[in-house]
Amino acid sequence: MIVEYGHFALALALAVAILQTGVPLLGVAFQRSVWMDFGATAARWQCLLLLTAFLCLAYAFLSHDFGVIYVAQNSNSALPWFYRLSAVWGAHEGSLLLWVLILSGWGTAVSLRSQQLPQDIAAIVIAVLGLIGTAFLLFLIGTSNPFLRSWPAPADGADLNPLLQDVGLIVHPPLLYMGYVGFAVPFAFAIAALVRGRMTPAWAAWARPWTLAAWVFLTIGIALGSFWAYYELGWGGWWFWDPVENASFMPWLLGIALIHSLVVSEKRGSFKNWTVLLAIGTFALSLLGTFLVRSGVLTSVHAFATDPTRGVFVLAILGTIVGGALLLYAWRGPSALAGGSHHVVSRESFLLANTLLLTVATATVLLGTLYPLLIDALGLGKISVGAPWFNLVFTLVMTPLILTLGLGQFARWKEDSLQRLVKQVALFAVGAVLIALCIAAVLAPTTRWRAAAGVLLALWIVASVASGVWARVAKRQQPWAVLRALPRSFIGQCIAHLGFAVTLAGVSLTSTQSIDLHTRLAPGDHVALGPYTVRFDSLRELDGANFRASEARFLIERDGVPLYELRPQKRFYQVRSVSMTEAGIVPGFARDLYIALGEPLGDGAWSVRLHIKAFVRWLWLGALMMAGGGLIAMRERRRTSAVGALDALVNPR
Amino acid sequence: MRRFFCLSFVLCLATGLVGAADTPHTFTDPALQARYETLLNELRCLVCQNQSLADSHADLAQDLRDEVYRMVTAGQDNAAVLRFMVARYGDFVLYRPAVKPLTWSLWFGPLGLFFLVAILWWRIQRQSSKILDTPLSSDERQRLAALLPTADSHDNAS
Amino acid sequence: MKFMVPLAIFGVLVAVLAIGLKLDPRYVPSPLIDKAAPAFSLSALEDANTTLTKASFSGRPLVLNVWASWCSACRVEHPLLVSLAQAQGIEITGLNYKDTREAAQALLTEHGNPYHQNIFDPAGTLGLDLGVYGVPETFVIDRDGIIRHKQVGPLTPEIWQRDIAPLLAKLKAKAGA
Repeated sequence: MIVEYGHFALALALAVAILQTGVPLLGVAFQRSVWMDFGATAARWQCLLLLTAFLCLAYAFLSHDFGVIYVAQNSNSALPWFYRLSAVWGAHEGSLLLWVLILSGWGTAVSLRSQQLPQDIAAIVIAVLGLIGTAFLLFLIGTSNPFLRSWPAPADGADLNPLLQDVGLIVHPPLLYMGYVGFAVPFAFAIAALVRGRMTPAWAAWARPWTLAAWVFLTIGIALGSFWAYYELGWGGWWFWDPVENASFMPWLLGIALIHSLVVSEKRGSFKNWTVLLAIGTFALSLLGTFLVRSGVLTSVHAFATDPTRGVFVLAILGTIVGGALLLYAWRGPSALAGGSHHVVSRESFLLANTLLLTVATATVLLGTLYPLLIDALGLGKISVGAPWFNLVFTLVMTPLILTLGLGQFARWKEDSLQRLVKQVALFAVGAVLIALCIAAVLAPTTRWRAAAGVLLALWIVASVASGVWARVAKRQQPWAVLRALPRSFIGQCIAHLGFAVTLAGVSLTSTQSIDLHTRLAPGDHVALGPYTVRFDSLRELDGANFRASEARFLIERDGVPLYELRPQKRFYQVRSVSMTEAGIVPGFARDLYIALGEPLGDGAWSVRLHIKAFVRWLWLGALMMAGGGLIAMRERRRTSAVGALDALVNPR
Repeated sequence: MRRFFCLSFVLCLATGLVGAADTPHTFTDPALQARYETLLNELRCLVCQNQSLADSHADLAQDLRDEVYRMVTAGQDNAAVLRFMVARYGDFVLYRPAVKPLTWSLWFGPLGLFFLVAILWWRIQRQSSKILDTPLSSDERQRLAALLPTADSHDNAS
Repeated sequence: MKFMVPLAIFGVLVAVLAIGLKLDPRYVPSPLIDKAAPAFSLSALEDANTTLTKASFSGRPLVLNVWASWCSACRVEHPLLVSLAQAQGIEITGLNYKDTREAAQALLTEHGNPYHQNIFDPAGTLGLDLGVYGVPETFVIDRDGIIRHKQVGPLTPEIWQRDIAPLLAKLKAKAGA
């Protein structure tokens, strides 16, 4: 019965979403204040109803209601309760329910925190969120209903995909959805600006924290996915340029461009058309990601059970929503979005350059991801575009971006002189080069120049951040007081940029300095791994909740001194007849030791993969720093900038 | 055919009992070892299509790894190994697409975009500078006088 | 005017994705179509002393079916092959891929033998040279040893009627003339 209540709540949510879309828009058209405010009420009701539906589905899982088809496909009587809970979003239908729930959550948050916006703008923002919700609820109820029942109910379920029976993968999708869906807010804001025919710095100021919040969630979600792949898949890899990974990476990249463009729109009233276009583009990429995962158009490890009808529906949603937005942009953009000006050498020009370069980087990833499909669609054959291409081309595209990132930090707003810039830059640039050379000297000869180049770029960013802080603090009466009083947006920016440098250094070093060994070992054997000696001590069998495992015991020593013991496992999950490997990892700041079991090779020997992954944790540490920086910047106390005040004077509402 | 692929697909992501093959090859010469590993990362597994030959546990992947091993120890260069695979499986098996007219827009597209964007950037800069250098018209000056009782220069706070 | 550019680019993207929905991303077309079949020298399944080579099959069009006893999808198409061989007299040659003689012969005894002859390829070398990646696969080779068609996955009556039967008829007519 509870399941049926959930089903009913879902249907009601659709009705409310339609009202949330139509009523505020009519209110704006006919200048009816009550109708405009109704949007906020509708948003909250929608969230409540979807939460009810979600909880009812969770109940179905927890109570082993295998009469519900979705539960039968993704659960099992032997599945522990926390995995049964996470199974709610473990496959297509349930994850889509989570998607619309999170969207309604963002809508509610917007309804509670939009007092600074003019009433009509707030109404349009909520209405657009309602429209997106309506589209996805139609999709959900029409083709992907998680509450459908089968009769007779099967005795037991097919179990949750063993890959998903892991803490990291419980949290990964909700975080990603918070990011993807969160970009709907700046999208809605952009539509509102286009509809009303203008965008003020005050509105840009309002949109920035929402954009930052979505981006922070996406950063953590992607980092978590990468970390999960690292410790779960058994090869020590952390990024594969898989189409669905790219689908999350593209809105992340473009989201950075959006954030920076918003900053300029807020502070100097410039780049409005870019900001609007980027806001549309970022959410478009979120929708594209949804399409790629659920349509079966590209092969991917992430793809849900795919169905072309679902693909058509999502494509229709993507086409209508984004197409409509771009049509609006083409129609209203030229009149609505003029403004601002700056000199050739100024911080604005570097920010513009970076925004454009980030767009090129995003377009590059999009090109590589969709090129095979394009060639196939034109009937010209079948090619693959994989990691070798992406690693090469993406690195090339990012290099000028990193250079201008550094320069941009040094430059003054509105107007600067090339002479002054070069003077400031020279000292730090030389310092960075010297340090990079020292580092290159201690690295392994075959890869030292590639690694050093990456480290140099990272040092360049660090130098630029240091220079920015120095410029504010030096020659002041009380440097510490100044440091403490630095604006949050500046602190956040510094930490985020440093985080990017840390990730960059991690990527360069782990790709070039790691040691990978794939060999045959039997109990009693030992092998040299860099400076360590690894001994395969013993093997035993054990039972888990819903799996059987072979567990190996490895002893690691260095110069005869025993250091670590690792116990990698090879698990066999009976219900789905699938094997998984659980790697043994010794984490470290400067390196991870990583051992994973492959397949048994007969007569007691096993195929074993051993790695020393140099600086691999820096990847995710940097990502956490980027997210942290974003969080701090989000909490910037809002002040109307001088430009904002001027704009309000010149363009009274 | 979809059902068959679905089965092998599940097997690919997590190795199955039947048909999982993972026998490592070792070389005495580290240069050959490095070449072998590089080649494995350049080739796509056709069964587990989201994994390279280095990572895949499919039977076919093992066969192909054995073949690459044979060719490398026999002294064949990387290009010969890749040609061998392409002759049998087509361009699909290369993770680094060949540079030919079909893939020119892929390989040179990003560079082209970069130049396009550089030109765009320069044009926006010029236009923006021109606005700054253009003095106000008399209409605009009158409007400004009406709005601002005193002429104040706004600060350059960053 | 430049404000229309994003819409135009987006339109192209949607068109490509729409076409993509009809395609199978996992399907790998064969580069060997209209090229010579690879040379080989392998024993027959039934008799280890008989050696089969490319010459053994020249002079007439050939339907080559790649199969194995461990392949579950092959069982799906097996009845169709038996009926084609028996009811319509189609000559099907089998390529037993990475199998053991005992298991292969046991399957043929139990489920019927549609094959005129069977090439025994335990190491999969001929399969590799043919670009086999998803057993079962079926090749149509003309009398000069040129590969004219490749079917990946189990045969169905529809696929046979639509793709293979007309091609086979054409090749036989050319061979006869």
